[in-house]
Amino acid sequence: MSTYGVLGLLFLFAIFGFFFGRIRALSSADGDIRKLHSLPQYYGLNAVFLAFFPPLLVLILWTFAQSVFVDEKIKKQLNPWVLAEQANMNLVISEVDRISDGLKVSVELGSLTYKQINSKTIDLVGIEGILESSGVFLKDIVQLPILDAARTKFYLETLGNSIRNWLVIIGSILGLVWAVVQAKLSFRARPRVEKMILLLLGAAATLAIFTSVGIVLSMLFEAIRFFGMHPWSDFFFGSTWAPSFSAGSELSILPLLWGTLYISFVALLVAVPIGLYAAIYLSEYASRSVRAFAKPLLEVLAGIPTIVYGLFALTTFGPFLRKFFGDGGFLGVEWMSDSRSVVTAGVVMGMMLIPFVSSLSDDIINAVPQSLRDGSYGLGATQSETVRSVILPAALPGIIGAILLAASRAIGETMIVVLGAGAVAKFAGNPLEALTTITTRIVSQLTGDLEFDSAETLVAFALGLTLFTITLGLNVLALYIVRRYREQYE
Amino acid sequence: MTDTTPTNSLFKISDRTKSRNAAEKRFRIYGIAAISIGLFMLLVLASTIILRGTSAFQQTFITLDVELLESKLDKKGNRNIDDIKKVSTFGYNPILVNAVKASLEKNDIQSSLKKKELSGIISKSAPSQLREYVLADVSSIGQTVEFRFLANGWIDGYLKGRYSRESVANSKFASAEQFDLIDELIKVGVVEKKFNLDFILGADASDQRPEASGIGVAMVGSFYLMLVVLLLSLPLGVAASVYLEEFAKKNLFTDLIEITISNLAAVPSIVFGILGLAVFINYVNLPQSTPIVGGLVLTLMTLPTIIISTRASLKSVPPSIRDAALGVGASKMQTVFHHVLPLAAPGIFTGTIIGMAQALGESAPLLLIGMIGYIATNMPTTIGEGLLAPNSAMPAQIYEWAKRADPAFVERAWGGIIILLIFLLTMNTMAVVLRRKFERRW
Repeated sequence: MSTYGVLGLLFLFAIFGFFFGRIRALSSADGDIRKLHSLPQYYGLNAVFLAFFPPLLVLILWTFAQSVFVDEKIKKQLNPWVLAEQANMNLVISEVDRISDGLKVSVELGSLTYKQINSKTIDLVGIEGILESSGVFLKDIVQLPILDAARTKFYLETLGNSIRNWLVIIGSILGLVWAVVQAKLSFRARPRVEKMILLLLGAAATLAIFTSVGIVLSMLFEAIRFFGMHPWSDFFFGSTWAPSFSAGSELSILPLLWGTLYISFVALLVAVPIGLYAAIYLSEYASRSVRAFAKPLLEVLAGIPTIVYGLFALTTFGPFLRKFFGDGGFLGVEWMSDSRSVVTAGVVMGMMLIPFVSSLSDDIINAVPQSLRDGSYGLGATQSETVRSVILPAALPGIIGAILLAASRAIGETMIVVLGAGAVAKFAGNPLEALTTITTRIVSQLTGDLEFDSAETLVAFALGLTLFTITLGLNVLALYIVRRYREQYE
Repeated sequence: MTDTTPTNSLFKISDRTKSRNAAEKRFRIYGIAAISIGLFMLLVLASTIILRGTSAFQQTFITLDVELLESKLDKKGNRNIDDIKKVSTFGYNPILVNAVKASLEKNDIQSSLKKKELSGIISKSAPSQLREYVLADVSSIGQTVEFRFLANGWIDGYLKGRYSRESVANSKFASAEQFDLIDELIKVGVVEKKFNLDFILGADASDQRPEASGIGVAMVGSFYLMLVVLLLSLPLGVAASVYLEEFAKKNLFTDLIEITISNLAAVPSIVFGILGLAVFINYVNLPQSTPIVGGLVLTLMTLPTIIISTRASLKSVPPSIRDAALGVGASKMQTVFHHVLPLAAPGIFTGTIIGMAQALGESAPLLLIGMIGYIATNMPTTIGEGLLAPNSAMPAQIYEWAKRADPAFVERAWGGIIILLIFLLTMNTMAVVLRRKFERRW
């Protein structure tokens, strides 16, 4: 029986359980609902929970454990042969997977039987034709150790799956029967059901933790594999980024980090003054109607997908800059050879960040108590003097927090730099030249046709982990500063 | 001894006051300038999108009477479908050339162009369009049927001003003579620009045929992505928020959950893509480029947004409601599910719509799980196929077009952006209307 079939059965049992539990509880009270401890549907729900969730948990855990176990077993079995042949373990494993899938299909189609596979009465000559007839085409001729491994895998999986299915079905029936037997007048069904609901709610809340752990672990494992293939000192302290298809790639993060920071700096140079002045004007000077009109419009800039900004940088803003600074441009200089450059990506990214800086700063400036303003006006200061020497200093920690959040956004931004920044990894100072960033390289290393197990691909995970660490650090710092500041006036 | 001449007079503004007032004025102007620059950028962006994108919705069409010659398509003359199928799209080319020639003759136009150049004004997808028509209706062979073909991308580019006679002087794809011919054909109404529904509903095409590509399949891909996101993130997000807001005791564990949620909201989207690649594709072995994987990744990404807004709307339900429910004997769970949640529902839906709008426009994580680079040509027919067959998504399709060399695809990318933004605008308007209509002030 397939996994979907088992799931379907679980649903069926759950529905049965609901009606049986309800009916039995009602009949134990002679149909008088007032005699029951809980409302009848709670007796039904109790059966639903017992018949559905524990078996589902078993199903998931078993499937997970089984795949790990079988993988280990296969690797152990193949290891001597792989070492002797100097073959690539991952390629061999994927070949084994294909053949064992083929065996499964053949059994379903009836061209093979379990007996034939388990008693090894099929041989190399026969197997290829059979597999081909069930739609599995093999790249090379099948070798005996691979076929044996596929057989073992097939055997273990069919055995494991059938044990699992029986376990789940029997468990579900037991839960169902138990709940229906319990469904009597005196049973306190509601507290039990509520406890189980609470458990599910709590499980949903912990998903956030699982996601974070998943993010860190998934990158950490692959990054560790990367550092097994490539010296960490070159990654962190080298000076060149030059991945090559043959051995001897130089993969240093420093040139990428330079590009990332440079572009983010340009973006902040655009976003911070504009955003900050806009926030000051909106919160201190603007009339109610101007504010109601300008604030939402500015925030539209933050709601536009980044792909739009990327395309704008690549096809509109970049060529526009080239008309001035490029070859044959209005200014007669040749500073820009490509429409992709630090300024192209940086300015467009700055556009995106304006509302980010302005609305955060706006909130913070509004949180400065009116008494500070009144005190300043009372001493005869003009409005701008009040802003400069009273409000801004009071709001400074919050504004720095806002800028740090914007910086973290800029560093992690992908689409704008993928389309607008270029692919040159070096320590260049000319803002009109193309530079590359960490996110761009992650994309290009993971979407290329490179082999997955090479250092050139795995470096993306190390880059991702560094990016995650940097942005996380900036966020934590920013939140800490903002929170501390808020407490001061509350 | 007293000096009676006053150094300061209230009637005469001192230099210092003047400079202070000037500084005040400057400061105000800086503020106005900042807002104007911001709004100007929005204006530039909006006008760029409209100016460069709207032309994608129009396409150049050529209307021709095609004589479906029996001698070419069905040499045996017995209308056997298997024999007719043997004629490849290549075999339909001569028929097209004849059709163009016939049209020129009918309209009395002289042209010195060779066969290949004549058929070159028509899209490369025309032969397969003809072939599909013939295979669907074998009895049409031997008759003359009127067809509306897409014009070649270069011709379309000429009509839209992308190419001129000078710019194609050295091109091997188009020539000035072809453009002359097109000018003649426009006069007699054979060639015309019309609204192109296939751009909105059609499938992507290979990079030789920009004129035939559409965003429809990617739109369906996006729809399935959003379906997964909605079905997973709404229940999970609401469950997590209810737990944290209504039940969780304040302890180290719930603090940890709160911190992780606020941090997850700020993790760069590409990191979620790496997670999807490493966990869902490499570890769980889900198929690459599929909406189900994309949906899972986007779910993890939108969950923090939904949790944060759901908690805010749960918080806004006044405690008196809870006290009243508890007072008449409801359990804590009944209070939450029967009273608090329904009252918070408008806020929850608003937050969900905004979170989904964000997810709809997101492209970086989709890059890594292979939804980019996949040419979406097949419309999924069943829900299972929609979820599990490789597909693209709207932002992914736009990125794919932006990457291709032909400028005709850039036009389509901007056109795709218009469609994407219409969706986003609708969703956000829905959220605002929902909030206005159902929001309660307690």
